[in-house]
Amino acid sequence: MTENSADPSVPEKGRGTPLVSLRGVNKHFGALHVLQDIDLDIAQGEVVVLIGPSGSGKSTLCRTINRLETIDSGTIEVDGRPLPAEGRELARLRAQVGMVFQSFNLFAHKTVLQNVVLAQVKVGRVPRAEAEKTARELLERVGVGAQADKFPAQLSGGQQQRVAIARALAMDPKVMLFDEPTSALDPEMVNEVLEVMRSLAAKGMTMVVVTHEMGFARSAANRVLFMADGRIVEQNTPEAFFTAPRSDRAKDFLSKILHH
Amino acid sequence: MGIPFEDGNFSLFVRGFLGTIELSALSALFALLLGVVLAAFRVSPVPVLRTFGTTWVTVFRNTPLTLMFFAVTFVLPRLDVHISSFTAAVAALSIYTGSFVCEVLRAGINTVPLGQAEAARSLGMGFGQTLGLVVLPQAARAVIAPMGSVFIALPRNSAVAGAFNVFELFSVQKTLTEKGYDIFALFFWLALAYLVISFSVGAVFSALERRTAVVR
Repeated sequence: MTENSADPSVPEKGRGTPLVSLRGVNKHFGALHVLQDIDLDIAQGEVVVLIGPSGSGKSTLCRTINRLETIDSGTIEVDGRPLPAEGRELARLRAQVGMVFQSFNLFAHKTVLQNVVLAQVKVGRVPRAEAEKTARELLERVGVGAQADKFPAQLSGGQQQRVAIARALAMDPKVMLFDEPTSALDPEMVNEVLEVMRSLAAKGMTMVVVTHEMGFARSAANRVLFMADGRIVEQNTPEAFFTAPRSDRAKDFLSKILHH
Repeated sequence: MGIPFEDGNFSLFVRGFLGTIELSALSALFALLLGVVLAAFRVSPVPVLRTFGTTWVTVFRNTPLTLMFFAVTFVLPRLDVHISSFTAAVAALSIYTGSFVCEVLRAGINTVPLGQAEAARSLGMGFGQTLGLVVLPQAARAVIAPMGSVFIALPRNSAVAGAFNVFELFSVQKTLTEKGYDIFALFFWLALAYLVISFSVGAVFSALERRTAVVR
């Protein structure tokens, strides 16, 4: 689809050496061609928001970046290196790509603190005391410091998701992937999670966010990608995209979600 | 009626009782190790390992235990593998029980939401760490009750070893029947002994279940 360098609507930030780069990525789920010739470059510090109707392939695209979904053809590079096949190399790369899931996926048998400590110690080989210090700082930063010794099930959804963000940040990732992070939350808890994400974006974290929160897309994104039927149909700055969408699919989508 | 307490039979009973316990305990240990490895194979991303695990379970879960004993007792010597009757019995019981342990574990693994493993992998954990640190500890709770059944069956299955030159509880019956004791009275005492073992195993698993229930 659209090459970033040739597209004047893509912000200046998108033109450096990309941190994440997808070329000609295709994927099928059986007969469904869920990703079709995806080309995408994401620059260091860029916040890219993926929106589109359900089934458009945006979650799948997000999950291919740390190879939770394999692809059928094409290449994906993170920080200039192609994604390795399953194994130690891939594990090492995944540690540098933080992921936040729709359903939080906190380790149910571990306390909040242990959730944030575990991978630091077992994957990052950080001494336990240091890992706990980092964990407490991060939990404090996302506003759940007081819950450190509770189990995930004792927390609200919003708190759990903030712990999940802290858990991913603890690995000091180069890029953070958010797969519909607020879709499983009660409405009053959405903002506390979005606030944490906004502050991350403001600190210069490279982020790929699949979301239905148009407010977040407007205020925090550098670039909005609109996907439909496995393709990136349109990409633009949030301002341009929301005020003047070019494609009919995007116009149709926005009319459905913005006026109801 | 009090056969164990007559004619110095008591030491014979004790020897049989300890024989069954030793055989069962060792077999339980190896079956558990084998079961964990097989279960890991069956959920691993490597197709060869998955096939191996599936084949192993299919073959040994469907082979009658007595046939397993025949195999290790009579076939192995022909292949020039010479092991003691006791070792052979431990092998037969472990291999047989291990396939059941594997399936119980796999059922437990399937109760843990896929997202837990995905979260672990996305943090950079390898297959072993994902399984050992995240999935199996959560599977354990679901697994305890059916695992109890497997390990209660094990000491009772071990009676087959008595027919293959291993001295255990059931061999006591053979020895004493040959001496002319009433077989029904004998069975009563043997049943009692097996009951003590099964009951103890059951109690251990109940305690485990109570302990893990508190965690959440």
